[in-house]
Amino acid sequence: MLLLIPLLPFVGFLVNASFGRRLSKAAAGAVACAAMIGSFLVSVAAVWRLAALAPEVRTIVQRVFTWISSGDFSVAFTLRLDPLSAVMILVVTGIGSLIHLYSTAYMHEESDSEFARYFSYLNLFAAFMLVLVLGSNFLVMFVGWEGVGLCSYLLIGFWYQKKSASDAGKKAFIVNRIGDFGFVLGVLLAFVRFGTVDFQEIARATAALAPETTFGTLSLITLLLFVGAIGKSAQIPLFVWLPDAMEGPTPVSALIHAATMVTAGVYMIGRNAALFSHTPLTLTVVAVIGTATALMAGTIGLVQNDIKRVLAYSTVSQLGYMFLAMGVGAYASGIFHLYTHAFFKALLFLGSGAVIHALAGEQDLRRMGGLKDTLPVTYWTFLIGALAIAGVPGLSGFFSKDEILFHAFASGHTILWIVGLLTSLLTAIYMFRLVFLAFYGQRAANAPHGTAATGTNALGTHAPSTVAAGTVAPLGHHHLHDAPPAMAWPLIVLAIGSVVAGYVGLPHVLGGSDWFARFLEPSFSGAVHEASEAAQLEGTLMIVSTVVAVSGIGIAMYFFLKHREAADGLAARFAGLYRLLEHKYYVDEIYDATIVQPIRIVSQEGLWKIVDVRVIDGTVNLVGRVVQGSSQELRRPQTGSVRAYAASLLLGVVLVLGYYLWR
Amino acid sequence: MPTLANYLLLSAILFAIGTVGVFVRRNLITILLSIEIMLNAVNLTFVAFGRALGSADGQIIVFFVMAVAAAEAAVGLAIIIALFRHKESLNPDSFTVLKW
Repeated sequence: MLLLIPLLPFVGFLVNASFGRRLSKAAAGAVACAAMIGSFLVSVAAVWRLAALAPEVRTIVQRVFTWISSGDFSVAFTLRLDPLSAVMILVVTGIGSLIHLYSTAYMHEESDSEFARYFSYLNLFAAFMLVLVLGSNFLVMFVGWEGVGLCSYLLIGFWYQKKSASDAGKKAFIVNRIGDFGFVLGVLLAFVRFGTVDFQEIARATAALAPETTFGTLSLITLLLFVGAIGKSAQIPLFVWLPDAMEGPTPVSALIHAATMVTAGVYMIGRNAALFSHTPLTLTVVAVIGTATALMAGTIGLVQNDIKRVLAYSTVSQLGYMFLAMGVGAYASGIFHLYTHAFFKALLFLGSGAVIHALAGEQDLRRMGGLKDTLPVTYWTFLIGALAIAGVPGLSGFFSKDEILFHAFASGHTILWIVGLLTSLLTAIYMFRLVFLAFYGQRAANAPHGTAATGTNALGTHAPSTVAAGTVAPLGHHHLHDAPPAMAWPLIVLAIGSVVAGYVGLPHVLGGSDWFARFLEPSFSGAVHEASEAAQLEGTLMIVSTVVAVSGIGIAMYFFLKHREAADGLAARFAGLYRLLEHKYYVDEIYDATIVQPIRIVSQEGLWKIVDVRVIDGTVNLVGRVVQGSSQELRRPQTGSVRAYAASLLLGVVLVLGYYLWR
Repeated sequence: MPTLANYLLLSAILFAIGTVGVFVRRNLITILLSIEIMLNAVNLTFVAFGRALGSADGQIIVFFVMAVAAAEAAVGLAIIIALFRHKESLNPDSFTVLKW
């Protein structure tokens, strides 16, 4: 039964990949959507069965086949459903189904074969993602882990004729490889240490050990695994690929680069909670990197002008939150945020996709505005998503983010808590900047392209009068239309989800029972717990974060709705800081200067011009020249004169006979 | 009555004559004839030993040698004719193109 969950999308992939060329768009889309929805229904049934089990034995295991068997080492391709993977499969198949549905409308302008190619990739992604979350050991997980990386690459570079898209795909793939390198080393080291790659067996083995207070093998294993998580989940220093990944189609950004794949790193840490909780050192690193990433990405998100890039940095920032949760040992809270984030971030991406779709491909915030009335469905759903991510009370993001901040504070990480709070302020500001710029105000039809006019057009407000009035208004007379039904329904469902999803984890202080955390408990049973349910404290912190969220929205309202010139003034006053943020702290430039260029120069000047040309080619040429030179001399005895040959024959006979006669 | 040594001496002289002929003559037909002389010098050795040892082996081998010599003469003459047609010459020194 479990096998059916990843198998259905895989079959969908096979159908679309082999016959997609000959299928109509309707048929290709139907196959893909049916596969996903089927997988979702099977997942629901499986989770239903799981929930009926007693908490202590709450796992369903399906051993598919023995994969590797060598000596006493044996790995089975086993799928295991426990509460943690149950959450993940529901998120992947549920949100995946909605995004598949949305894509049928969004990708409708592609040709038939491209349309089928798109859906085959999307289905393949879902299949690998489900293998990743259902795998019962590191090797099966690794299959999914690499598979989703491949699909991510394929989908980012979906419009491969566009150079920037294919470059972004390569960047994502290569940066992920760096992380995967650490991941593989971590798995190997775990195998050396524990003699198994099965999650449960490793958890059982670690449970018997004392937490490792100094740096040792366990710390090394977890740090290496965390390197993998950093790559996949776009944390400092490997986050650079995710914003570029926005070159892919928007539904892909929603599914892969917001809701599911990028959370794989968080899931992996949650899956190995027992191991990680035995290494306080690693946990500190995880928490600090997560918090730093949250803050850094949040600040960058403030000034970006591409609607999808803002969302991408927001995703990086929210993933940072999840790592903060993991780092302070609040595994359930991290997964809770992963789950609510999947709703509202998918919603926001799909909403931005609807905007882009309506504006015929326009992604620059400075050229949007006033869409509130023309795109009502998109506007309202987007607004709900923004409220949810900003952490307004009553919506899902509030509960999950608040829980993380509470646990950070309660576990004594006050500095991390303050930074987290600051980030949540930033989150509210940049999200509502997005809302106000895109949906309020006036359309700026002839606003400048890209980031050309940075100084005068700071913080993405209206176009300055210096722009030549004669330039073409590219979108001037394009008919604006709201999302078609196939796009509108997923938006609405996700909007509802963004509101209600949080209530499964209602904390005690608000009269809830924190059902979500209790459901997940069996999955984290091996972890060292130091939970302190200080309801009083949680209530206070909730008020603080509510104030922060609301003031963030207020700040955004002041600067981007009421007094846009104030935002420009602020940007002009802090021009240096503004430029730093706009150029994303020059991280790409730094990597280019410190890593890419040195590698390029060493390769070109050293490896190519010296090692390849001189050493390797030189050796080959030397062999050739030696053979040629000796042949030049050796050919002289071959005169072509038969009598000369006969003479040498005679000489040979005489010599041989002479030797035998006179020896 | 000649002794075995006499035969062997004659054979050696004939073989030397043949060898010298191969090397000093500039006519392919003469060279071929010189080779025949060398073959027959060997034949003489065989029969001389056969008789001295009272064995028929030497004579049997001579038959084989004669058969080979006949074949060799046929093939050799054919080659010589072909070469002559090609270059109007029987001098082996004019056929030195078979090199590198």
